Amino acid sequence: MADAGHKHPNYMAIFWWLAILTVIELAVIFTPLGKFTIGVLLCALAVTKAALVAMYFMHLRFETRTLGLIALTPLTIATFLVFVLLPDGFAVAKKTDPSRKPAVTESAKH
Amino acid sequence: MSQVASMHSAVEPAETPLTPESWGKLGMWIFLAGDAVGFGVLLASYGAMRATSADWPNPYAVLGINLTAFMTFLLICSSVTMVKALEWLSRGDRNKARWFLFFTALGGAIFVSLQAFEWTHLIERGLHASGNPWGATLFGTSFFIVTGFHGLHVTAGVIYLLAIIRVVSRRPEAMASYNITEITGLYWHFVDLVWIMVFTFLYLI
Repeated sequence: MADAGHKHPNYMAIFWWLAILTVIELAVIFTPLGKFTIGVLLCALAVTKAALVAMYFMHLRFETRTLGLIALTPLTIATFLVFVLLPDGFAVAKKTDPSRKPAVTESAKH
Repeated sequence: MSQVASMHSAVEPAETPLTPESWGKLGMWIFLAGDAVGFGVLLASYGAMRATSADWPNPYAVLGINLTAFMTFLLICSSVTMVKALEWLSRGDRNKARWFLFFTALGGAIFVSLQAFEWTHLIERGLHASGNPWGATLFGTSFFIVTGFHGLHVTAGVIYLLAIIRVVSRRPEAMASYNITEITGLYWHFVDLVWIMVFTFLYLI
């Protein structure tokens, strides 16, 4: 049976890596770095953790390359979507921001 | 039923080139890819809304991260118990596998309970889907939609795990339930993976 030959990686090592990366994530927030740098660092850490879970816990590392591509598709779509949505969002922000009247922000809340 | 299954396998190719173990595994992967698009759309639109909002509140100051950091840790632990259950099945110990599946479900149940506690607390402090005292209305809306959608997945996962414990109990051979347990594990780890993203984007950044 193909299952019997399935490799089991060292799950506890992955667990410790995930735990350590989570602690680093929490520590990064309180560093005196710029907001943008912190954001980039947190994104990188989150992607690393997600990759560890997918590769070892979900055994993607031991699967075929095509299955990996199927798994990567949503990430690609979501990344594209950010760039599709941002111009629209910035256009709205540009329209509403320069006025800076308290009345405008009040009405925007409803 | 088995006759139907054997007839079926005579017509269909016996194994998929992508996941030689079973078609079910491929099915779960495709379902997860679709589900990931759902979460991807939610998180991407959250990011775009937030980047372009002038008065987005500071999430970790408003939401607090002590409880959620613990919830993250809990979900990582439940992923470990899930893989341990699978490991015990491959070693032929059904009883230990069942216990580890139970611990996984328990971890999920505690996670959802803590989320309910967190929601109650935040709603009492004024965070609503329709507005909040700290800034952009969409802050509350997106928070409840994203964490709610994830919480729904965890709840479904707990029910799924309990159903699988029953299946493992009914099949006398440990290896007979290896494949379906692995498929359940895929779903469970996916829920964990999504939480890693949600925790980072909604609470930390």
